[in-house]
Amino acid sequence: MSSAGARPRIVVGLSGGVDSSLAAALLVEQGYEVVGVTLHLAGSASRCCSLEDAEDARRVAEQLGIRYFVANYRDEFRREVMEPFADAYLAGRTPIPCVVCNQRFKFGRLMARARALGADVVATGHYARVARDGEGGELQLLRARDPAKDQTYFLFDLGQEQLARIRFPLGELTKPEVRERARSLGLATAEKPESQEICFVPGGDYASVVEALRPGRAPGPGDVVDGDGRVLGRHAGVHRYTVGQRRALGVAGPERLYVRALDAAHNRVVVGPESSLGAAGARLEGVRWTGAASCAPRRALVRVRYRHPGAEATIEPTADGGARVRFDAPVAAVAPGQAAVFYEGERVLGGGWIAEAIG
Amino acid sequence: MRIYLDHNATTPVRAEVADAMSRALRDLPGNPSSVHAEGAAARAAVEAARERVATLVGAASGDVVFTSGATEANHAALHAAVASAGPAAALVTSTAEHPSVEEAAAALEERGHRVTRVGVDAEGRLELDGLEAALARGPALASLLLANNETGVVQDADALAARAQARGVPLHLDATQAVGKVPVDVARLGASFLSASAHKFGGPKGAGFLVCRGRPLPPWLHGGPQERGRRGGTENVPGIVGLGVACELALRELGERAACYAALRDRLWAGIREKVPRVRWNGGAGAVLPNTLSVEFEGADGEALLQALDLEGVAVSMGAACHSGSITPSRVLAAMGRSPAQARATLRWSIGHGVDESQIDRVLALLPDLVARAREAAA
Repeated sequence: MSSAGARPRIVVGLSGGVDSSLAAALLVEQGYEVVGVTLHLAGSASRCCSLEDAEDARRVAEQLGIRYFVANYRDEFRREVMEPFADAYLAGRTPIPCVVCNQRFKFGRLMARARALGADVVATGHYARVARDGEGGELQLLRARDPAKDQTYFLFDLGQEQLARIRFPLGELTKPEVRERARSLGLATAEKPESQEICFVPGGDYASVVEALRPGRAPGPGDVVDGDGRVLGRHAGVHRYTVGQRRALGVAGPERLYVRALDAAHNRVVVGPESSLGAAGARLEGVRWTGAASCAPRRALVRVRYRHPGAEATIEPTADGGARVRFDAPVAAVAPGQAAVFYEGERVLGGGWIAEAIG
Repeated sequence: MRIYLDHNATTPVRAEVADAMSRALRDLPGNPSSVHAEGAAARAAVEAARERVATLVGAASGDVVFTSGATEANHAALHAAVASAGPAAALVTSTAEHPSVEEAAAALEERGHRVTRVGVDAEGRLELDGLEAALARGPALASLLLANNETGVVQDADALAARAQARGVPLHLDATQAVGKVPVDVARLGASFLSASAHKFGGPKGAGFLVCRGRPLPPWLHGGPQERGRRGGTENVPGIVGLGVACELALRELGERAACYAALRDRLWAGIREKVPRVRWNGGAGAVLPNTLSVEFEGADGEALLQALDLEGVAVSMGAACHSGSITPSRVLAAMGRSPAQARATLRWSIGHGVDESQIDRVLALLPDLVARAREAAA
């Protein structure tokens, strides 16, 4: 389709940060006809999806001599990511919107846009790798070579069809190498600081984002209780707490107390000592296998949040499309709403959504 | 070779205009306000341009005030009405205005002025009954878009003027898209104010004018005595010279332009209708500018289609609002009763100087496939 001739056209998702900038630069070097696309997802108040970042992306596109567009999906993003994020907090869960955003926007809609633009393949600046399991085998999602930057936790929900059309040009690079390459190419974003927070939650103040998205729905103060239901104090609304959290509980006691569970139905925060945090397992929903699904139990390393190194476990798929995870040893702070992602060595086997921790 | 079909956004400067401007930059160093020969030469060039503008739009040259463009001219007209009628001044405008009138009216509204926005029908035509009712309340000004930038829909100016005159309400016509494409005669239209901009018809960006007939026009840029003290600041001599030449070209070519644009536009629409299923011409049922075609490609992601066309060398436009490359659905199409999804599926094609049949045919060869993909992208 490309009128330029032989060069294959590829769409690169440009966030305005250094990672996606270098990804685009590397693909230009590899001879692709690169088209940069910034997804405009959240309003101007947000940090990483803001139009200021689009301006940085545009500058990089100009430097690289590639075409550049903004794709506007603000309404869809609000409906499919931000509002469910708020609803999850209000239901006492700890959502991780980046997985849904990756699946539906950074790949789903970006891929649809790429097809419309005559490109069959998209690339992003994620730290992850895709490899084929031998000739004609399944595609595998593999951890990035830089373990500190590996983002496969956020990508577990990608299937074979999507993996076939994705390139991760940074998968074999470390972050310092990315900075160095970006510097040597003189990319405008080479020194831009990293953002770790959720893009539509500036400053990490998610409670006020929840309140703005669902006005009048945030619960007021409620009881802080122990495992036996004894009232130990008051809290400011369950949506302000996360399982495993210790800060700002406002409860004095002889031992340090942690949030064990959030009981949204009764607006109660259940606390306990560190020893009470361990979960023997978890019930998962919406389990997705990167390769062919199997009903047989599987052994895997399971990560229950992004910064969790992982715990050895047995995964038993259930008939409802979920799974039961049994950890070899109890795991602390298994929070409903987070993803549980299964690994076998470097390889992502799949993952699912934590519905509840099992005592 | 790029195919530029976005002449309602802006037009390439005509060679004759560029030559005249370049000569003005080189040969007219003076300030038109200066007494000496250099000043007089610059002043003569400015006044010659004023004559040309006046001739094109049927005004007296003394009624033509140069501005930086139509946005400034529109502001000046609204400002004049409010300044002369005082704090109680009310305005009448429509729901399908260009942002330069809509936002200026909204700003006046915030300062306490009453603004009535008359609706349009599904074809973009002003609801004359609503206009009648609004005019009956004695507003200080009715400010209406003569030809819509997004759809090209041309209002029945005689009907508007007759109603405004009957109620004694001064009429401001924003004729930015009409001037240079179709005959515009401010005296015949019976308008008190008329705005336009050079870059919409082969002139440079940054030059436009306001015609003010028989109404007070208080200064809006205080400064020197330029433009009879109404708009201070040294004149944009090269821009004004370019505007004048663009007017001269328009006057000479107007008849053939309209016919040529209409033939190309109709060829485009006929081809689209033949080759692409489920399409709709917004505003096509009534009077519309000869160069403009607003098409809804039902169910398509218009933003993706615009970008895909761009990658294939074709420049078109979506709804009006475009900020940092991000597009929000058109208010004009919403006023015509279109849903946000319909607005997002709509592209505006606008013909101008330099477009030919082979370009239209090339677009028609590309389009069916691109539309099909843009429909998949929206699914």
